[in-house]
Amino acid sequence: MNPLAALPSPDTATLDRLHARLADAAAAAGTLDIAYRTMDTPLGPLLLAATPAGLLRVAYESQDHDAVLAALAARVSPRVLRAPSRLDEVAREVDDYFAGRRHSFDLPLDLRLAHGFRHEVLTHLRDIGYGHTASYAAVAAAAGRPNAVRAVGTACGVNPLPIVIPCHRVVRSDGSLGGYLGGVAAKQALLALEAHAGRGRDVLQT
Amino acid sequence: MSLPPFESVVAEHAVTVLRVCRAVLGPDDAEDAWSETFLAALRAYPRLRPESDVRAWLITIAHRKAIDGYRSRRRAPWPVAQLPHEPAAPDVYQVPDAELAAAVRALPDKQRQVVAYRYLADLSYADIAELVGGTEAAARRSAADGIATLRQTYVPEDPA
Repeated sequence: MNPLAALPSPDTATLDRLHARLADAAAAAGTLDIAYRTMDTPLGPLLLAATPAGLLRVAYESQDHDAVLAALAARVSPRVLRAPSRLDEVAREVDDYFAGRRHSFDLPLDLRLAHGFRHEVLTHLRDIGYGHTASYAAVAAAAGRPNAVRAVGTACGVNPLPIVIPCHRVVRSDGSLGGYLGGVAAKQALLALEAHAGRGRDVLQT
Repeated sequence: MSLPPFESVVAEHAVTVLRVCRAVLGPDDAEDAWSETFLAALRAYPRLRPESDVRAWLITIAHRKAIDGYRSRRRAPWPVAQLPHEPAAPDVYQVPDAELAAAVRALPDKQRQVVAYRYLADLSYADIAELVGGTEAAARRSAADGIATLRQTYVPEDPA
């Protein structure tokens, strides 16, 4: 038997306090490269991750939060800490969006995960207004490559900031929904939310 | 192979590092030492080789960056809590944890460090010798001496 086994183990409250203190000190020291938190939404838990430059990543639970964080560690920086307080404003805006109170996001974004044409597509997605949709073909044309309809679909599929950059507003030219990185049901729910917001109905109640 | 998010390092090792800091430094300075250790580790983390022994790396940081620093600032030896003068009674497993913690802190510096690194952090004696100086055999002896002292004061004889 380990002779020190009877030494007290730290309680959860102490560890939580130390963790929060570490995140604050790291942010102050400039070594918190990626802060993240999860939040509950009508579409399940969302992962939010930010660099000091802005919101870097939003991910649905179906995208595997652990895998997303591992990918961020490999691609951006392994200095990744859970730091909910760094994402309070983001979480507030997402909450307001799901409550139908917010129609656009007013957040600094860090788009470093999207390059080239994909980055170009994301900037055009932000022009599609709340409650509206655009076809993949229309987005391709707006991005200056009318033949790149399939590439627009790919760009939407790897959108690092779903919900905040509204790839859910891109649908097929024939009016059908097309795919969605969070699942077609989520896309349907977001479009329904935006169609009904302001009419006093909470369409995303689960 | 790449490094996992630092959060997983904290999740996996936070408790061990805090227990070591408490054992070596006592409750008052342990939390500051823990914070300094993980802050320094986070800063250096991108340069860590992915195959490294992360626990040993953290304990090394705790020892060098925090524990040594605190010891040098603190001239006085650790206050020794009141210790029982009698050998421990057979029901000694019921002794409150705080008394074992006090007994650990009453050990001489080097014994206390060696015992904590060995029995709380599970470091090898080779690693421990590198941290505290001296030979591996000396580290092993320090641990044995420290544990012998603790057994005399707190751990009952095995009735078998």
